[in-house]
Amino acid sequence: MNIIVCIKQVPETTEVRINPETNTLIREGVKSIINPFDMYAIEEAVRLKERFGGKVSIISMGPPQADAALREAISMGADEGFLICDRAFAGSDTWATSYTLAGAIKKIGAYDLVICGKQASDGDTAQVGPGISTHLNIPQVTYVKKVEEATDKSMRVERMLEEGFEIIETPLPALLTVVKEINEPRIPSLKGMMRSKSAKIVTWGQKDLNLDPQQIGLCGSPTQVVKIFTPAQRTGGQILKGETVEIAKELVSLIKNEVN
Amino acid sequence: MDYLLTDEQKMIKELAHKIAEEKIRPAAAKYDISEEYPWDVLKVMAESDMFGLFIPEEYGGLGTNVMNLCLATEEFSRACGGIAVCYAASALGTFPIVLFGNDEQKKKYLPDLASGKKVAAFAITEPEAGSDASAIKTTAKKEGDHYILNGLKHFITNGGDAETYVVIAMTDKTKGARGASAFIVEKGTPGFTFGKKEDKFGIRASSTRELIFTDCKVPAQNLLAKEGMGFIVTMRTFDMSRPGVAAQALGIAQGALELAVKYVRQRVQFGKPISSFQGIQWMIADMATEVEAARGLVYSTARMVDAGKKDVAKESAMAKMFASDVAMKVSVDALQLFGGYGYMKDYPIEKYVRDAKITQIYEGTNQVQRSIIALAMIKEMAK
Repeated sequence: MNIIVCIKQVPETTEVRINPETNTLIREGVKSIINPFDMYAIEEAVRLKERFGGKVSIISMGPPQADAALREAISMGADEGFLICDRAFAGSDTWATSYTLAGAIKKIGAYDLVICGKQASDGDTAQVGPGISTHLNIPQVTYVKKVEEATDKSMRVERMLEEGFEIIETPLPALLTVVKEINEPRIPSLKGMMRSKSAKIVTWGQKDLNLDPQQIGLCGSPTQVVKIFTPAQRTGGQILKGETVEIAKELVSLIKNEVN
Repeated sequence: MDYLLTDEQKMIKELAHKIAEEKIRPAAAKYDISEEYPWDVLKVMAESDMFGLFIPEEYGGLGTNVMNLCLATEEFSRACGGIAVCYAASALGTFPIVLFGNDEQKKKYLPDLASGKKVAAFAITEPEAGSDASAIKTTAKKEGDHYILNGLKHFITNGGDAETYVVIAMTDKTKGARGASAFIVEKGTPGFTFGKKEDKFGIRASSTRELIFTDCKVPAQNLLAKEGMGFIVTMRTFDMSRPGVAAQALGIAQGALELAVKYVRQRVQFGKPISSFQGIQWMIADMATEVEAARGLVYSTARMVDAGKKDVAKESAMAKMFASDVAMKVSVDALQLFGGYGYMKDYPIEKYVRDAKITQIYEGTNQVQRSIIALAMIKEMAK
């Protein structure tokens, strides 16, 4: 089973600071880590490889420093890393990112499964995984918490819902996004770390992927961030007291006033 | 201080640190209370190749390297001296095979120890033979192609949980120390059983048991080196393993120091964090300097061993003695800095005091270490 895992390097801190002028994340001075949800994706891919054989390829789109994230994934048991890095890709939103990653996946080719973390801890959109599957035109199963069965043709997984879970069988190739309940990511081995140090990371830019220039980078991104702010804390609501009939009347008049 | 670690050593330290923070520290209090053997943590160490650090590459390890073993043991001990010693004691039980085993013995035992599938233990101590190892009473009598072992070992770290034991027994009582021999004994050998598990003051995650040999039939090919080499095997093993015990003590000291500094920065009295008081600051300065001095000694000794220096008994003894005395003093001072809270089991610091104490006692009491150091000095000057 050949598996491709898409990972993102994110700032370690959960208190991300935002540049108020550009509305982008301030990455300087913050240690970078693999997006925690992607760690589950890597772990699941390595476990599936251990069960069924095959190969795990890791893709990350980002600045040159994302090389470290790819090497960390290799130290956990992945086989190869692809860094999608080009100034032309800068400023990509989830549409352009998923389009670009889908382009890289097509170039790698011959895959049975794509796994992503359910979302990135910095952007929190949870859109890139589903976006990739759309661009690749393959089925997607989001919020997967368990892989029940797999063959080279299909896979049966448990998908987490707010209350309970559903069991879904999908033909392969397919894309899964995984939640933290699916596994416990391993600590790398020393041999894995040594292998990852000398592993060759393939870097692909726009000229390697040859993508539609209108769909990549800032100009290929329909999303415009107008403003980023921390929502004001909600103040306490109003509690109505008294007989039910009176409360109901008062409530109706309050709503009417609010609407008017 | 920058100890100019190689990239590989930095990697080992980083990985051991990760294991310590993610797997050992969260489990430390649990195992201290339950006294269960921390198999789940050892499994993580094994999967991370940590047991390969003291075993040659041709037998599945990453090369025997005392410095690497020290770096790993120090990091593990920062989080829990008890869990760390389960690891370090396996190195102690493995070294005799690495040093004196023939190819056949190495092929048979080392790969499983390198992968962490099996854990090792070393057994010399007896109820009446502690510091005076020549008082060993356990005997090994050759009968055909076997040796018959009879006797009792006690206070054996990893005893009962280890699969592979190196046991020192007398093959010729009349020769005194020169009549001792070393044997590899597998768990499950008929006549080899375990006595009670000790209820200890510290390092409670590790198991300490009696080993009982009753007409235990050990194949003659399990003899390490030759008959009569038992004490040489032991001394050479201790030369290799003492830096590891020193590293354990160093890690305990470092861990206690870190907890104490963290605490004094938070603890407010008289309207200020107590870290702003000079009395506290001077304690921290002394503790930090002592820990660093211990580290310098431990690393230097480990590097000396790795460089293949023949006579390292004095330096090994110095490293073990100094680092363990520092661990004891620093952990007691760290508890003092925690004040009344430090005395409570709800806080992690009292455990460091309990864990530190054993490092002054085992693998040769610090009094024995001082004898080794003094004798070496006197001998050097007499040349």
